[in-house]
Amino acid sequence: MKRFFGFIKKEFFHIFRDKRTMLILFGMPIIQILLFGYVVTNEIKDAEIAILDLSKDDISQEITNKLSSSGYFQIKKVLHSHTEIEDVLKSGIIKEVVVFEADFAKKIEREGIANIQLIADASDANTANLIVNYTKGIISNYAISLRKDVEMPLQIEPEIRMFYNEELKGAFMFVPGTMALILMLISAMMTSISIAREKELGTMEVLLVSPLRPFQIIIGKVSPYIAMAFVNAVVIIAMGVFVFNMPVLGSISLLMLESLLFIVMALALGIFISTVSNSQQVAMFISLFALLLPTMLLSGFIFPIENMPLVLQWLSSIIPPKYFIIIIKNVMLKGTGISFVWKETLVLLGMTVFFILLSVKKFKVRLE
Amino acid sequence: MNNENLGIPISNFKLMNTIKYLLQKEFIQIFRNKTLLPLIFVLPVVQLIILVNAATFEMKNIDMIVLDKDLSQSSRNLISKFEGSPFYHINSFTFSLEEAEEKLLDNSADVILNIPANFERDLLRNNKSKIQFLINAINGTAAGLINAYSISIVQDFNKEIIQEWYDLNQIKIELPIKLNYRYWFNENLEYTIYMLPGILVILVTLIGMFLSALNIVREKEIGTIEQINVTPIKKYQFIIGKLLPFLIIALFEMAFGLVIGRLLFDQPMVGSLWLLFGFTFVYLLVALGLGLFFSAISANQQQVMFTVYFFLLTFILMSGIFTPVESMPDWAQIINRINPFMYFMKAIRMILLKGSGFFDILDEFVSLSIYAVVILSLAIWRYRKTV
Repeated sequence: MKRFFGFIKKEFFHIFRDKRTMLILFGMPIIQILLFGYVVTNEIKDAEIAILDLSKDDISQEITNKLSSSGYFQIKKVLHSHTEIEDVLKSGIIKEVVVFEADFAKKIEREGIANIQLIADASDANTANLIVNYTKGIISNYAISLRKDVEMPLQIEPEIRMFYNEELKGAFMFVPGTMALILMLISAMMTSISIAREKELGTMEVLLVSPLRPFQIIIGKVSPYIAMAFVNAVVIIAMGVFVFNMPVLGSISLLMLESLLFIVMALALGIFISTVSNSQQVAMFISLFALLLPTMLLSGFIFPIENMPLVLQWLSSIIPPKYFIIIIKNVMLKGTGISFVWKETLVLLGMTVFFILLSVKKFKVRLE
Repeated sequence: MNNENLGIPISNFKLMNTIKYLLQKEFIQIFRNKTLLPLIFVLPVVQLIILVNAATFEMKNIDMIVLDKDLSQSSRNLISKFEGSPFYHINSFTFSLEEAEEKLLDNSADVILNIPANFERDLLRNNKSKIQFLINAINGTAAGLINAYSISIVQDFNKEIIQEWYDLNQIKIELPIKLNYRYWFNENLEYTIYMLPGILVILVTLIGMFLSALNIVREKEIGTIEQINVTPIKKYQFIIGKLLPFLIIALFEMAFGLVIGRLLFDQPMVGSLWLLFGFTFVYLLVALGLGLFFSAISANQQQVMFTVYFFLLTFILMSGIFTPVESMPDWAQIINRINPFMYFMKAIRMILLKGSGFFDILDEFVSLSIYAVVILSLAIWRYRKTV
């Protein structure tokens, strides 16, 4: 036992000696969470648009003012002819061109109707859609105000209530997602690399002939990472709560236990990756490619899983972070207990066992 | 005189030869590694095909629970609007709010449509009536979309009943401003043709940066760098020898990804491909230069990997691949100037989707060129031949 603790101590020294890695490991979650909370947003604010006013009358001027004072738009350019439209959209600074036809106000007065054309740069489909909708809303409201004589009858007013995230704060999505990403990185990537490293440098052989049992070696290897990953989990949750006012409605101990389970699962995955790779390079390559983009895109972190094609929905069920994200959101935002997340918990447990069994099998093969 | 005339071609010849040998060495090493080689070429392609489909903000199958306490003609008409929409799927009808909320809680429904009693009466008497949408906002993005879709269906419904009312009373109603709109460069607002270039950028960068970053540090760790250090190979020759192989591989991946995009996703390629590859070349100088620089300042592979991972994650999220760069706060946009992803993400989409020409992306091009010179000089400077 004393030997075993000595070994664990050695592993801790190994990791804590590397100051830069330490800095990154503990600094990364903090920076990542702040980035997500403040920087990554879908909101339209001061979108740059251009106006092509072929009429230049009071009404077109007033609509232009309404657009620029709405807070959504910033009028960056005033165009003078249709030929300029293509150029400004291609240059990429302008997201939308609003075109008032000639004799705009006169036509409203005489014929009762005049045209406005919106041309949006839909190379970014999502933004284009939002911008056009906002513009439509502002102009329609103005058009209604022009017809004061007619009262609009029969209005149904929808009232919206957002459950579990009243203000639709982005942080409520990103905190669980980032947590999954970071824990996955620290646990899976670090263990896989550190074991592959021992193999590559030949020091694994030294460890294997020592009186330590193989499972003791593995436990010794992973225990520093468990500690570090757990500290990170606590830091991330604390930042979510104190910086972004994220609630923890459910039980904190359940949250901690689930985080621990996810960490152990990721470690098992890391050990498994290391058993199938013969060098650090391969271990890193697998962890980077197998973990980074799929965790970002298939876990439901950014893009809702229900919207994906069926095949991808199935595929997403083998992505462990998906379950972790569901569990955290349930416990933190909905305040549900284990009775609501037992399925996800079981899946994570099952995955852990699966990876451990697989690694044990592979590990033996190597020893023969 | 003579010496000078002869001297230049000879040293040029030597330079080319040295680099040629270095390239040969790197390529042999890459193609000999039978585990890594398939990973380099297969993984990105598989990921491209899969992930492009995953990245969509289009909502389908919104699960709705209807709580209709009014049970009138109007409420039924409104509900049938939702039934008729391809985006909604009416999960169940209920009369108990608790029961409906329970379903939000266990995630079996996305939204509750709550129509209060007296809905029709209020509508006819007061011209105004309220309904409620209770949205499961556990996923913020989805909730925002559900919100927008629901409101637009109600607005359509409003317009219809207004029209009916005026038809009955024989008044002509028309708003004085007619709006028509067009979506240029992507008429149908397809998300894949927007995401594909973005994901391709990430994959190409991952491959390039990963290979270049690990390379020098691996030689350090194994000790073979000592052997190179004692040869007369110049520092810049060494860096070029490390840079070119990965640049070629990354350019190849780029071409491969574009072919897949063309064949499987009908990716439009409006602009000049020469321009795109010219830009890719400059971009890769920066991306690989960063990799080499990190490699030069790191002691072992683990360290360089974390440095790269940290920058990759930050750069990717700030690149504008998922969310528009313009929506970020000003300070973030200033930081973003050192983010090579941001320039390339913008340029590749502009070239492929809009057919923007060289002068449209001149700013990005100049910025990246300066960046390339700076980062490569730094990499050469930081690579020490002494121990």
